[in-house]
Amino acid sequence: MRRLKGAVAPYLLILPGGLWLVVFFAVPLVYMASVSLMTGNLIDGFEQTWHWRNYTDGLDVYGDKFVRSLWYGLIATVACIALAYPAAYWIAFRAGRHKSTWLFMLLLPFFVSFVLRTIAWKLVLTDQGPVLGPLKSWHLLPKDFHVLDSGFAVVSGLTYNFLPFMVLPIYVALERVDHRVVEAAYDLYAGRFAAFRRVVLPLSLPGVFAGVIMTFVPVTSDYVNASVLGGPDNTMIGNVIQTEYFTNSEYATASALSFTLMALLLLGIFAYARALGTKDVLEAAGR
Amino acid sequence: MTETSPAPVRDDPEGTPAAVPAIELAGVRKSFQAYGETVHAVRDIDLTVHEGEFFSLLGPSGCGKTTTMRMIAGFEDPTEGAVYLHGEDVTGVPANKRDVNMVFQSYALFPHMSVFDNVAFGLRRRGVDKAETRKRVGAMLEIVDLTGREKRRPSELSGGQQQRVALARALVNRPRALLLDEPLGALDLKLRQAMQVELKRIQREVGITFVYVTHDQGEALTMSDRIAVMNDGGIEQLDTPRAIYERPASRFVAGFIGTSNLITGQITAVGGDGAEIGYGEGRIVVPLNGASRAVGDTVELTVRPEKIVIGGERPDRGSYTSATVAEVVYLGTSTSYLVTTAAGDDVTVFVQNATNADDIAERGSRVWLSWEPRHSYAIGTA
Ligand SMILES: Nc1ncnc2c1ncn2[C@@H]1O[C@H](COP(=O)(O)OP(=O)(O)OP(=O)(O)O)[C@@H](O)[C@H]1O
Ligand SMILES: [Mg+2]
Repeated sequence: MRRLKGAVAPYLLILPGGLWLVVFFAVPLVYMASVSLMTGNLIDGFEQTWHWRNYTDGLDVYGDKFVRSLWYGLIATVACIALAYPAAYWIAFRAGRHKSTWLFMLLLPFFVSFVLRTIAWKLVLTDQGPVLGPLKSWHLLPKDFHVLDSGFAVVSGLTYNFLPFMVLPIYVALERVDHRVVEAAYDLYAGRFAAFRRVVLPLSLPGVFAGVIMTFVPVTSDYVNASVLGGPDNTMIGNVIQTEYFTNSEYATASALSFTLMALLLLGIFAYARALGTKDVLEAAGR
Repeated sequence: MTETSPAPVRDDPEGTPAAVPAIELAGVRKSFQAYGETVHAVRDIDLTVHEGEFFSLLGPSGCGKTTTMRMIAGFEDPTEGAVYLHGEDVTGVPANKRDVNMVFQSYALFPHMSVFDNVAFGLRRRGVDKAETRKRVGAMLEIVDLTGREKRRPSELSGGQQQRVALARALVNRPRALLLDEPLGALDLKLRQAMQVELKRIQREVGITFVYVTHDQGEALTMSDRIAVMNDGGIEQLDTPRAIYERPASRFVAGFIGTSNLITGQITAVGGDGAEIGYGEGRIVVPLNGASRAVGDTVELTVRPEKIVIGGERPDRGSYTSATVAEVVYLGTSTSYLVTTAAGDDVTVFVQNATNADDIAERGSRVWLSWEPRHSYAIGTA
């Protein structure tokens, strides 16, 4: 009897979470997968016809949007690393007693709605805004120079919005680096750069790795930044899915596109994990 | 060392000191500012460590051992004073430019590197070529008995093995001095004793100066050529293990080095080579070793527990006093008697259990303690 209880207990413990996942994640996912193979429209209704062309058509028509999304995602993720790493490093090693203050300042924008933040970013980048306005009036920039409605604006918005997802994991990884291990590197004739390159950096790579996954996925599927900052010529796949679903009511197409995006992201992440997520990489970095 | 029964105390004849000492601290002081208060971690230390010597810093927790070590390694700059390595003033020179290596209290191995890469780290930073690196790392791993474990990560090693990696990582660079900060502190007793023998063997094999930090007096006594006993940031005594054990310079040293009995009394007569102390119904004679003391002076003297004999009869020569047995503790090879002398001092006596020792004395019985005057030592009369 006791033994039985012991065997059952773990399953009882995962029951609430498991149920939640089944009801709110697995079931809709299966349903959407089924929709993605249907044909029909809102008026006549949808019918399951195993219409695989939804997928190939989606790639044919919107292939450039997929490519653009992955490309923006890649640039924004790299930009996030470039901005987040020094910031996290500084907070972890140099901020002393004010660590939590600085961390809080970095996370502060998080308390404002995502959409509102993006609109604020638009105001910052607008043609006569606080950045471009003065530069133009000092004749440092031509009168017709603009940032909005460009790929640059979208990528900068994405970078700004998802920066905390990169800072936090890197900060946590750096914070965990034992300062005695760094001292040991100095003791063994490493200069400042070598100690960073061979010890601190490899030990913080798992944080970078986590940060990349946490930013790349939402950045690539984002649609808010492209619609607020990008104008009509820089739409991403997220915008397409949104339009197909909410405006055109093409549920089947929207679902097929979503699954294609999901597959691409999973593929990308797996390839990335295979290439970088192994301990051999950390080991090579330390050599 | 051919390990026969390890002698508790090593006594090296004063080795001929090298012309230039390996390490010299001159008037070194270190203060920290912590929460608006000044902490004097190290106060005015002068010491010289000879080439090839096994030198220990011994003292209780917080007495400044690690701080002293870190100043030699180059992780801290002295607030005052200078550090010399092989005659060269290195005060202010950063750690990576000093030809000494440190074995950290916590090992501080690189967790993301294999055993091989850990050990090769210093050689690679100095640009030693690949073939030479492989050769030297291999040879060093053989010395510390880790051949075949090159590919393991530190987390896949036992505590003792990690310890040996830390040692190999430092020694492979052939530093002119090796600093070890309580390298055995995290190991259990058995492993600790095995590693003590091992460390001593390695030190003799590579012939490098060792500065060894410990708060374990047994460890310091068995391994060191000389010991500096530290207390509250200063050096209380710097001498050979035997001298420190038998002629402690202060009450602190006597108390810190092993169990020692402290007896306090007033001199009633001075003559010949010693002083006589009236002590209850007994009589204590202690050598003065040439120090001058007058009748009426108070002296503190130490007698080692293993030097005292317990008997039923009043002795008629040497030092003796009557006492009452307060506790008898059986320790396996010996028995420890806690007794209170007639004058009120608490004294410990060790008796080897070679013969039928259990009928020497019982709890509560009155006994006579006696020892030879030459086995007692008046503190401060070196
Ligand atoms: N960075 C620091 N800031 C402030 N005080 C310090 C600092 N480092 C050491 N101290 C103080 O200096 C004193 C000596 O410290 P140290 O680490 O040298 O002791 P220790 O002899 O190595 O002790 P243990 O045996 O516990 O390792 C302690 O009182 C400690 O609190
Ligand atoms: Mg210490």
